[in-house]
Amino acid sequence: MDILVVLKMVPDIVEELTLAADGTGLDRDQVRMILSELDDRALEEALLLKERHGGNVTVLALDAPDLDDALFAALAKGADRAVKVTGAGEGPSTRRAATVLGQVLEREESLQPVDLILTGVQAIDDLDGLLAPLLASLLGLPFLGVVIQVSVDGSARKAMATKECPNGFQARFEVDLPAVLGIQSAEKTPRYVPVGKLRAAMKSRTIELLPAPPAGEAALVAPELLEMKKPEEAGHAEFLEGSLEEVSEKLCEILSDRGLM
Amino acid sequence: MSQSSPATLQAESEFTLESLFESPEGRKILTCMQCGMCAATCPYGDVMEFPPRRIIATLREGDMERVLTSSSLLNCVACYACMAKCPRGIRLGEVLLPVVKEQVLLRLKDIPAELQKALQNMLAYGNPEGMSPRKRADWVKDAGVPVRILPEDPRPTDVLWFVECHGAYHPRGVETSRATAKLFDALEVDFAILGNEERCAGECSRGAEGEPGLFDLLREHNMATFGKYSFKRIVTSGAHAYDAFRFSYGDVGFHYPLEHTTPFFSDRLDQLTPLLKKELNCKVTYHDSCCLGRHSSFYEEPRRLLRAIPGVELVEMCHNRVNSICCGGGGGGNWLDTYYKSKGYERLSERRVKEAIATGADVLASSCPYEIPRFEDALKVLGHEEMVVRDVTELLVEAMEG
Repeated sequence: MDILVVLKMVPDIVEELTLAADGTGLDRDQVRMILSELDDRALEEALLLKERHGGNVTVLALDAPDLDDALFAALAKGADRAVKVTGAGEGPSTRRAATVLGQVLEREESLQPVDLILTGVQAIDDLDGLLAPLLASLLGLPFLGVVIQVSVDGSARKAMATKECPNGFQARFEVDLPAVLGIQSAEKTPRYVPVGKLRAAMKSRTIELLPAPPAGEAALVAPELLEMKKPEEAGHAEFLEGSLEEVSEKLCEILSDRGLM
Repeated sequence: MSQSSPATLQAESEFTLESLFESPEGRKILTCMQCGMCAATCPYGDVMEFPPRRIIATLREGDMERVLTSSSLLNCVACYACMAKCPRGIRLGEVLLPVVKEQVLLRLKDIPAELQKALQNMLAYGNPEGMSPRKRADWVKDAGVPVRILPEDPRPTDVLWFVECHGAYHPRGVETSRATAKLFDALEVDFAILGNEERCAGECSRGAEGEPGLFDLLREHNMATFGKYSFKRIVTSGAHAYDAFRFSYGDVGFHYPLEHTTPFFSDRLDQLTPLLKKELNCKVTYHDSCCLGRHSSFYEEPRRLLRAIPGVELVEMCHNRVNSICCGGGGGGNWLDTYYKSKGYERLSERRVKEAIATGADVLASSCPYEIPRFEDALKVLGHEEMVVRDVTELLVEAMEG
C-alpha cells in the first residue's frame, strides 16, 4: 500500500503576525513557519495504515521556510521518502499549489503508483480546505473530506472512510482507490518524535528535490488578492445592569432608538 | 511510539544491560543489597509496580524488558529521595532512573498528551509553555527596576541572571522574577539577562523526562549563547536550571561560577537586613525543593533569609530538609497531573500542602518556580485559600517595600 501525504507549512500563530509593507500578505521575514497541524494528523493516519498493511509512506511538499525540519521529522517518525518541490514561488495560493502538485504527481514516475493521497482537510491559511478537492479533480480521483478514520481492504483497491457530518453525524463511505482524502483527525494524537531520532534522521536521511513545472501551464485561475488587513476594533460590548425591570426598560430603549422596535 | 518503524527499533536496541553496567556508576548498582529504603522513601513508591529496589532486582535477573514496558517510571518525579537515602550511595536519581526512564518512554505507545506537548514546545519554542521565544524578555517592561538585556546591551556584566521559562512566562513566575530583579537592584548588583536568546535549561527534559536528545539540543544552544557574552558568574532563579548547570552541563564544558538566587541573597544578608523594615507578622513554613535541598543541600540559606524578615515566625513541616516531600513537578511531573489523576494517584502537591496547613502557617514559602503555582492550585483544590504561597524573594521584597 503506497500512501502519499501532502504536507504544508503555515504561519505559526504563537508569534504575532505582521503584514508586509505592500499590504497584500504577511511579512515573510517576521513569520515563523510550522507544519500545518492537520497535515501532521494526515501523516499520523498514513503511518498507522502503513503499520497495519505495510507499504510505503512518501511525504511531498512545496518548498517553504523551515520545511526541511518538518520533512526530517516525518522521516524520523517512519515515512520512507521525503520529496520537496522547489521553484513554485513564495507562499503560492492554494490553486497554484494544487496545480503544481498535480503536475508533479502526473509527471514524476517515482511517485507512481499511489493508492492513497492524504492531506489535512484544511489549513489556517486555507480554511476553505480547497487543496485536497482541487488536487483530486486535477488527477481525476475521488475525494472525501473531513475524514476521521480510514481502513483499507486487503487488496488495497478499496478504502472505508469515516467522515464527520453536520449535527454530530458520522458517515461511512466506501471509496475506490486511488483516492484523495482530507484528514480531519487521525485515530490517535500524532506521535512524538524524540529529538535523538530527529537528529539521526537529519544526519542519515536525504530529502529528494524535484523542480516545479513551469508556471502558467494549465494553471487554475486564482482570484487576485487586493488587500490584507488586521480586524479593526469596532466598539465595545455594553453591559446592562440593574433589576430585571430596569434591564428590560433599557433594552427596549436601545431597540427603539435604533428603530428596531 | 511506533512499534514497527525501523528508527524505533534501532534506538531501542542500543540499550543493553551490558552498556548500563559498563560505567562505574552502573557497576555500583550491582552493590545494591535490596534494603528497600528507596522504595519506602519514594513519594509514589506505593503505586509503582517497579520502584527503584525492584528495578535493580529485575535488571540483575536479566529481565530488563519487564521493567522497560512497565509505566512505573512515569511516576518518578526526579525528587532524589531514593538517592539521598541509599545506604550504598548508589546515584539512583542521576544514573539509573534517567536511563531507564528514557527507554520506558521509547517503548510507550502513547506519551501522555500534556507531557508530549511540553516536549514539543521545548523543541519548537525553547520553553515548555509554548510561548513565543521572541517574548521571553517581555516581563522586563513591568519589572519596576531596570533589567539589562545582554543582546541589546552586550557590555560585560558581573552577574548573568538565568531567568528560566517559568520566571519569564508563567504569570506567577513573572511576579517572582520582578521580586528577584528588585533585590538585585536594591543590593546594587551589576546584573543582566539573556532575554530572548535564553532557552529552557532543559533539566526537565533530561533524564528526568526521558528526552536526552532534546536536552542536548537546549544545552548546546545555551552554551553557545553563554560563549557570546562576558560575565563573572551565572546566578539563576530556576532551581531546576541550577540543577542542570551544576550536574549536567559540565560534560560540555560548563565552567562558569554558578549560584542560585536563594543562597546568593543569603550570602548578602548583612547588606540586605537593614533594608528589611516592614514587619510581616506571619507564620511561615518553608518547603525544601528537591533540586536545591536534597540534590544540593541548600537547607539553611532560605531559612536564614526568612528569619531575617521582621515579624516572621518560621515553623517546620513534619517532613523537612532531606525528608521534604516533592511538589510532584519534577521529572516531567509538572505535565503529568492529568495522567496521575486519571490513574487515581494522589497529587503530591496536595499531600504537601496538607502538611503545610497542619503547621498552622499563614504562608508557604519556597525557592523553586514550579512549586508556587502547583501549591496555589493544590490549596484551591483543597479549599484552603487562606494560606498564601510565596517565593522567599517575594517575602523579602514585601518586607523591603514597607
